[in-house]
Amino acid sequence: MGAPALLLFLSFYLYPALQNLQFATRRWDGISEPENVGFRNFTNLLTNDDLFYKTLGNNIEFTFLVVVFQTALALLFAVYLVKNTKTTIALRTLYFFPTILSSVSVGMIWLFLYDPNFGALNLFFNGIGLPSFALNWLGSESSALYAIAFTQVWFHTGQMMVVYIAGLQQIPKELYEAAEVDGASRWKQFTKVTWPMAMPTTLVVMAYTTIQSFRAFDLIMVMTASTAGPNNSTSIFSTLVYFTLFNELRLGYAAAQTIFMVLTLILITWLQRIAFGKRYEK
Amino acid sequence: MIFKSTRIFALITFAALILVPSLIVVLGSFKTDAEVYNKPLSLPENWNLDNYRRLLSESDLEVSFRNSVLVTLASVILTLILASMASFAIARMITISGKVLATLFAFGLAIPAQINLVPIYYIFRDLGLTNSFFGLILINVTTTLPISIFILAAFFREISKEMYEASEVDGASPLRIYRSIALPLSRPAMGATAIFLFVINWNDLLWPLLLIQQSEKKTLPLAMLAYRGEYFVSFSMLFTAVMVASLPMVIMYLLMQRSFIAGLTAGAVKG
Repeated sequence: MGAPALLLFLSFYLYPALQNLQFATRRWDGISEPENVGFRNFTNLLTNDDLFYKTLGNNIEFTFLVVVFQTALALLFAVYLVKNTKTTIALRTLYFFPTILSSVSVGMIWLFLYDPNFGALNLFFNGIGLPSFALNWLGSESSALYAIAFTQVWFHTGQMMVVYIAGLQQIPKELYEAAEVDGASRWKQFTKVTWPMAMPTTLVVMAYTTIQSFRAFDLIMVMTASTAGPNNSTSIFSTLVYFTLFNELRLGYAAAQTIFMVLTLILITWLQRIAFGKRYEK
Repeated sequence: MIFKSTRIFALITFAALILVPSLIVVLGSFKTDAEVYNKPLSLPENWNLDNYRRLLSESDLEVSFRNSVLVTLASVILTLILASMASFAIARMITISGKVLATLFAFGLAIPAQINLVPIYYIFRDLGLTNSFFGLILINVTTTLPISIFILAAFFREISKEMYEASEVDGASPLRIYRSIALPLSRPAMGATAIFLFVINWNDLLWPLLLIQQSEKKTLPLAMLAYRGEYFVSFSMLFTAVMVASLPMVIMYLLMQRSFIAGLTAGAVKG
């Protein structure tokens, strides 16, 4: 009964994934005869491509920022809203709301908020007498990636908060009661009970957020006008692959780039497990 | 005290961060550009549907809307059917085939399908599946199968063994057991998965961008990306497009908040 699903998965996931390995050893514009170049795409990427290193750096920085801030905020709001009352449920519903929007819509909303001339953000900073904070957020090399990272966190914090709330509600109440009897402060209760008990959830949230951050493609396409930002400052792997494929018509080179994308993703997830996972795994 | 006041401050700040932009968009879709830029949060001077009328007459929004409905519905239904059958197989066959299936799909869960951008483009072009709804549906189904199976298999495993065994003794075929026991009992899980798939497929940009070029085949997100170029100077028009594209989701969300939240976190919570 699993046969139809398996057939699709083999034809359009596993087979392409293997074919991708083969593509990566070719020089090919997708039309003329492909030329076999061995590992030259890989060596070129590693030794002769500044954009590749810039993208790698951007992607790691972007993922790091999004994972740290989104996980921290999601946990904070989960702690604040863990009890089921009318107010907390209403706030959860509101915080979760951006998740149901499309990334294109979210990108357009923030495109306006960040707009240097008309944007509400600069209107706000000028209004409270801090005009030096009114920047060309998406148009300048130093802030574009951070502006998009902030939007990504805005987009999905509510979703991860709900995941955390489900995790926190599993923690036995007796642990908190015992801690209170011992006179532990709220902060102590958090570090000694909540944080370690929520560790399995934290790992799930971080892994999910990591994969999600690699998919920020849509946001970047909308917010930096189908480019990789000023001077490629918002180039991450998915945009790099897309532009290599469509603008430069270098299929083999794009295929080699996706392999590095996967390796980076696996490496980051693995590092998270080492940093947080080991001590708490069953 | 400190806990209380920081709590209130943080909660209000984040609430405002979501409410204010949403209000700007809703109000802005009824305003002129000048009003949007000068007083983004004020009420429109004249409430009228001019922007909506202009959007409908100047663009193929209706067409992309219809395309999105078609592609999304077909993808969701097909994924649910295939994923529930595969999940049933995984949950019931503790033999090798079930384990192989589970491992394969777990692999698909860990590594997102976008790594196949290059070969999919090439394969679909050769099969004549670019600029085709069928092609788009095929790739939508394939990429959402692993997560759907992950959610559904967990539920099928929870159905008690006795239930399955009793019907096996009665001589029911696997297909019969799937249809008359597993499916009815897993209705909540199917609902959650359906919502999850609905949101993902409705909002997806990557695959349409890769596979669809003809304007009459564009889905909503893809058409909106094109507006972003066309109406770049007119945020009131962009807001109107955002409203039209988001309204179906927002209405459904307001009507079924619980199921939405459950559905969109099922992939992570069940892990």
